[in-house]
Amino acid sequence: MTVTPTSLDVGTGTVLTLRGISKRFGAVQALKNIELDVRAGEVLALVGDNGAGKSTLVKTIAGVYTADDGIMVFDGQEVRVGSPAEAQQLGIATVFQDLALCDNLDVVANLYLGRELRTGSLLDEVEMERSSWELLRQLSAKIPSVRIPVASLSGGQRQTVAIARSLLGQPKVVMLDEPTAALGVAQTAEVLNLVERLRERGLAVILISHNMADVMAVADRVAVLRLGRNNGVFTVSDTKTQDIIAAITGATDNAVSERAARRTRQEGSAS
Amino acid sequence: MTLHGSEIRPQDTPPPGSGDPAATEPIADQLPADLQDERLIASHGIGGAVAGFTARLRSGDLGSVPVVVGLIIIWAVFQIANGSFLSSRNLVNLTLQTTSVGVIALGIVLVLLLGEIDLSVGSVSGLSAAVLGVTFVNQGWPLVLSLLAGVVLGLVIGLFYGALYTRFGVPSFVITLAGLLGFLGLQLLVLGKEGSLNLPYDSALVGFATRSFLSPALAYGLVAVVIAAYVLTRLRASGARATAGLSAAPASVIAIKGGALAVVLLIPVIILNGDRGVSGMFLLFLALVVGTDLAIRRTRWGRSVVAVGGNVEAARRAGINVRMIYLSVFAACSTFAAVGGLLAAARLVAVNQSSGGTDTNLNAIAAAVIGGTSLFGGRGSAYSALLGALVIMSISNGLALLSLNSSVRYMVTAGVLLIAVTIDSLSRRSRQAHGRA
Repeated sequence: MTVTPTSLDVGTGTVLTLRGISKRFGAVQALKNIELDVRAGEVLALVGDNGAGKSTLVKTIAGVYTADDGIMVFDGQEVRVGSPAEAQQLGIATVFQDLALCDNLDVVANLYLGRELRTGSLLDEVEMERSSWELLRQLSAKIPSVRIPVASLSGGQRQTVAIARSLLGQPKVVMLDEPTAALGVAQTAEVLNLVERLRERGLAVILISHNMADVMAVADRVAVLRLGRNNGVFTVSDTKTQDIIAAITGATDNAVSERAARRTRQEGSAS
Repeated sequence: MTLHGSEIRPQDTPPPGSGDPAATEPIADQLPADLQDERLIASHGIGGAVAGFTARLRSGDLGSVPVVVGLIIIWAVFQIANGSFLSSRNLVNLTLQTTSVGVIALGIVLVLLLGEIDLSVGSVSGLSAAVLGVTFVNQGWPLVLSLLAGVVLGLVIGLFYGALYTRFGVPSFVITLAGLLGFLGLQLLVLGKEGSLNLPYDSALVGFATRSFLSPALAYGLVAVVIAAYVLTRLRASGARATAGLSAAPASVIAIKGGALAVVLLIPVIILNGDRGVSGMFLLFLALVVGTDLAIRRTRWGRSVVAVGGNVEAARRAGINVRMIYLSVFAACSTFAAVGGLLAAARLVAVNQSSGGTDTNLNAIAAAVIGGTSLFGGRGSAYSALLGALVIMSISNGLALLSLNSSVRYMVTAGVLLIAVTIDSLSRRSRQAHGRA
């Protein structure tokens, strides 16, 4: 994977392509020459140690930060995302770790917050409730009632509501920041089921996670960041967890052998 | 929490849009979309509606129940102490006394929904009354222009508060505390040396506040229209829900609710008609309450206000213009305060240095809180202004009937306020324990 202009038209189905993305905060080089390809109908896990730059990269894609350098190609067109709203309009939805739900509002109100359906100037509660159920059932979401305050839902259900909300804008790319952190076994399984359903809908999913078991269970490919740089992209089906962990921690930090290994893997996955 | 499938199985989930794979039981498909989950406790018909209501109460979602119970107790106590408390004549007086405090409390409900406070509503109401008096009586402006000046003044003050809050992040408590002092001073300055102005008794404003009452026929007609409108909208909403495949309230429940509304509206109207009748000023207040309630519950603006009161950051990320919400709510609160001040001046037929002073502020804030609007933000109703103002003014009216002076009134009001805030805090804790926070 080299940064040449010709590498921009990477295989069909690629929704989002990053090339040479760099970001500095003062004296700290948070991201350096990041390259990433995200394909439709694929779950790409983004892993890395604390401080590896995962959150910075996610926020750069989501429009919270603007990259100092590099280009971002979305749906075949080079784009510049200046704000979270612009990213959403493009079709990049992000579910941040803190979910940002209003505990005092019910599920329907949270799903449609900021884009309520109306008849005249009054809210169309019936249509919002009906389509909420439709969406939640498509996701096989386990929410007992959409007319209870979000405060009364479990962690997994809250995550489900947050993810369902991100889908209302008809996005092409959904980024999930640590969706299974602080969830129990059953709830984690539920959220992972949901991630798979997003993939079946043809969405590109970027999953940020520290949990290797979750990553291996649900991701198709794993992109490893280390100290703000790419440190390998692995295809889950033919990679061992140990290899990925080695890439995360840098225990096998041999640039040449690593790169060679990565090349062969990518060629294998591309064909 | 049920786990369907012990493993993650990528292949056995259905293609998108094919419905709910969990709904394997044949019965589930025939139920409305919102009642299919097997964990929901089934409740149908009238019994179900009652059961749902009691369950909500038990979990701490008290709504306006405490204030209604409190009002009944207060009225019973005063009626026992003085037989003329619940007389038609006194209740008409009560409606007249309630209006201005109630209108001001409506604005307080809005700022409390955001989790903010406005301590200056009394001063703003006094200032707008002073502006009305000076421009209308001294300067000879047309009445409409004077009224408009008072209302616009409130609007501008609210926008000023909102700008200070959103630009500089000064706590609303401090901004409005400064406003409390500053606008009291401005009121004294505007009123000048004499400090007291009498409004002309034959002006339309004073006539509206003191002498306009609905004829009995008109009052009953209005009640009929309101009940019909209520039942029709409920039936239509129920029909719309049924067509959308959602659970709908059966006609019997709607009929009972309509009947209850008829009782709640008719009894007071019958009693009030025993004396002068339903006053125009009180009707204006009721219209403002219903309008504000509609704005809070059924418009995008109101939904945004409640959302900002619940979680500012979530509201901001959802694309809500949070700054505009704060500006509009502070503006609405001060405008309601100004309108309340104008109504109070019209009823007293005078403007003086104590207009909007002494206890106007605290009465209005206490009314909103007693009515059940939470001090913690994100929870409240326009009707709490009506109910809370009725409680506050009933106490004041009843103690006056008993010839007890303001020392007792202050202490009783303080006790009721303390009880109301304690109920709010307790029910909040219970809601959290029952997952309804």
